Amino acid sequence: MNLALRDVRHNLGRFLLTCLGLSLLLGVVLSMIGIYRGLVDEALTLVRAPGADLWVVESGTRGPFAESSRIPGDTRDAVARLAGVAAAGALTFQSVEAAHRGRTLRLYVVGYEPGRPGEPKRLAAGRPITRSHYEMLADRRAGLEIGERVRLGRDSYEVVGLTEGIVASGGDPVVHLTLKDSQRLQFELDPPAARRELARGARPAGLDTVNAVVARMLPGVPAVGVEAEAARWKHLGALTQEDQEGLLLKSVVEKARRQIGLFTGILLAVSAVVIALILYTLTMDKVKAIATLKLIGAPDRTIVALIVQQALAMGIIGWSAGTLLILLAKDHFPRRLLLLPEDALMLGVAVLVLCVAASGLGVRLALKVDPATALGG
Amino acid sequence: MAAPLVELRGIAKTYGRGETAVHALKDTDLQVYPGQVVGLLGPSGSGKTTLLNLIGCIVEPTRGRLNLDGETVYDGRWLRSDLRRLRLEKIGFIFQFHNLLPFLTAEENVAVALDLAGVPGAEARRRARALLDYLEVGHRGATLPSRLSGGEAQRVAIARALANRPRIILADEPTAALDSGRAGMVMDLLRRLAIEQQAAILVVTHDETIFGRFDGTVTLRDGRVVSSG
Ligand SMILES: Nc1ncnc2c1ncn2[C@@H]1O[C@H](COP(=O)(O)OP(=O)(O)O)[C@@H](O)[C@H]1O
Ligand SMILES: [Mg+2]
Repeated sequence: MNLALRDVRHNLGRFLLTCLGLSLLLGVVLSMIGIYRGLVDEALTLVRAPGADLWVVESGTRGPFAESSRIPGDTRDAVARLAGVAAAGALTFQSVEAAHRGRTLRLYVVGYEPGRPGEPKRLAAGRPITRSHYEMLADRRAGLEIGERVRLGRDSYEVVGLTEGIVASGGDPVVHLTLKDSQRLQFELDPPAARRELARGARPAGLDTVNAVVARMLPGVPAVGVEAEAARWKHLGALTQEDQEGLLLKSVVEKARRQIGLFTGILLAVSAVVIALILYTLTMDKVKAIATLKLIGAPDRTIVALIVQQALAMGIIGWSAGTLLILLAKDHFPRRLLLLPEDALMLGVAVLVLCVAASGLGVRLALKVDPATALGG
Repeated sequence: MAAPLVELRGIAKTYGRGETAVHALKDTDLQVYPGQVVGLLGPSGSGKTTLLNLIGCIVEPTRGRLNLDGETVYDGRWLRSDLRRLRLEKIGFIFQFHNLLPFLTAEENVAVALDLAGVPGAEARRRARALLDYLEVGHRGATLPSRLSGGEAQRVAIARALANRPRIILADEPTAALDSGRAGMVMDLLRRLAIEQQAAILVVTHDETIFGRFDGTVTLRDGRVVSSG
């Protein structure tokens, strides 16, 4: 006969309320882990989008994402001529805000050379950029439609195609322009500022500046060797794709991870305390029953099982309900929530361990109950 | 005459030590034989409950020797390590307050004792129902203790005490919560058990209306047996 189940039935309200609270706590934990995974995933989409093996950037910088980097546009030719390089493309990266239909759009602009590495590989709708000016590919996340015109800087661009799932590490949707357009947007001064610079006697800044050059290697050629060669050039540094991903994760994600890790830890601790307290009070209420059980001959394992099974039931129900809750709610989060089955499982295991540990207090109390207290008053 | 089921030799119990020590029971000898219903009488604080707890192996004696069903279980120290098993198999407890488990139905309260003794589920239920019928509370089998009357609850508790057919039954004021008619019924029942199952039954009571129903009585005063017969 399962005593735990029957006792739960007897205290159903309190038990379910505890499970509900626990499921909310665990739901929050899971959503934070999901947000973290989403963050990592989003941070990497941009750096993975070009499908590059090698990044050439300004020397001494960890550009173009973790730090700003500016190199001459003709670097691309030099990189393309390196032995082992299959193709190279110049890229620009820049955050902009655009006023569009009465709201502010935060966009991350990537300039690329059509036909070279850095061009979006897949379009969800529309067509690639075919004209050299004033056309734009926007990510669905920006909420723009094909045919819409968006004003960036001094020019307006027509959305001709849509990408899906390409966002910057901050979560801003990415739009792609041709390199030429993006260079004007980033480097061209407006006329008054240009006149002032000219009056001051400064050389007009070259428009042919890019933030990075990406290269794809020939099959079987490791990027590391070329990295060393590219780094020998003055003013240039090189990073392999792995370096670049590592840098990005470190600079963008590290802090978030520590923060989310801390919150997760705190919430799990709170869950443990809640379970421990509830189990303790449930056990307190049962002291007399436990004494009676011992008196009529129940072994300790029967009594420990009574408490630990309830703890496990709380954990399993709380975890399942929490997971379900997040599965149902995940599309309504402002940031992307990436729920990995292994994360949910890990949390489940952690919760079970936590439950067993939290039942320790109640178990200790139950084991200390003197069967003699069942007698008399 | 058969060998005694319960035998105490020079059993004493002192609670605490030094200045605050309470000598609850002083060198006590006692024998209860199969088929006997013995009344334990005496004023409050005279040591009746302590005596019952010693026989039930719930409280450790300070000295002396205790034999149960021919086995020496205490002789200056416990000679058995699994006292709960011993209680499960040999001793049935009936309490002043019925002490049913509040989260189990009447039938489950009886079945749990059988379950603990390893009787399979369906068989345990069948026997629990039979016992409840025998005690005329079969119709209340699915009821939780909080919804039973005092008399019904006490009879369920007795059914539980009898579930594993113990040869020793210890009852502490089993009739205190019952009216005199019910009290008489419980005593008749204990009497029948003593005879049918050749059990030794010890009943602590203040209830003068049942004094006449014992085979013998033991009267305690200040931890000493002052009369027995
Ligand atoms: N657990 C205990 N600790 C200390 N003293 C106790 C304990 N149980 C009983 N006593 C004392 O032992 C004496 C006998 O008590 P008890 O056996 O309960 O008597 P009765 O059941 O006849 O009223 C009393 O003085 C009581 O205060
Ligand atoms: Mg008493």
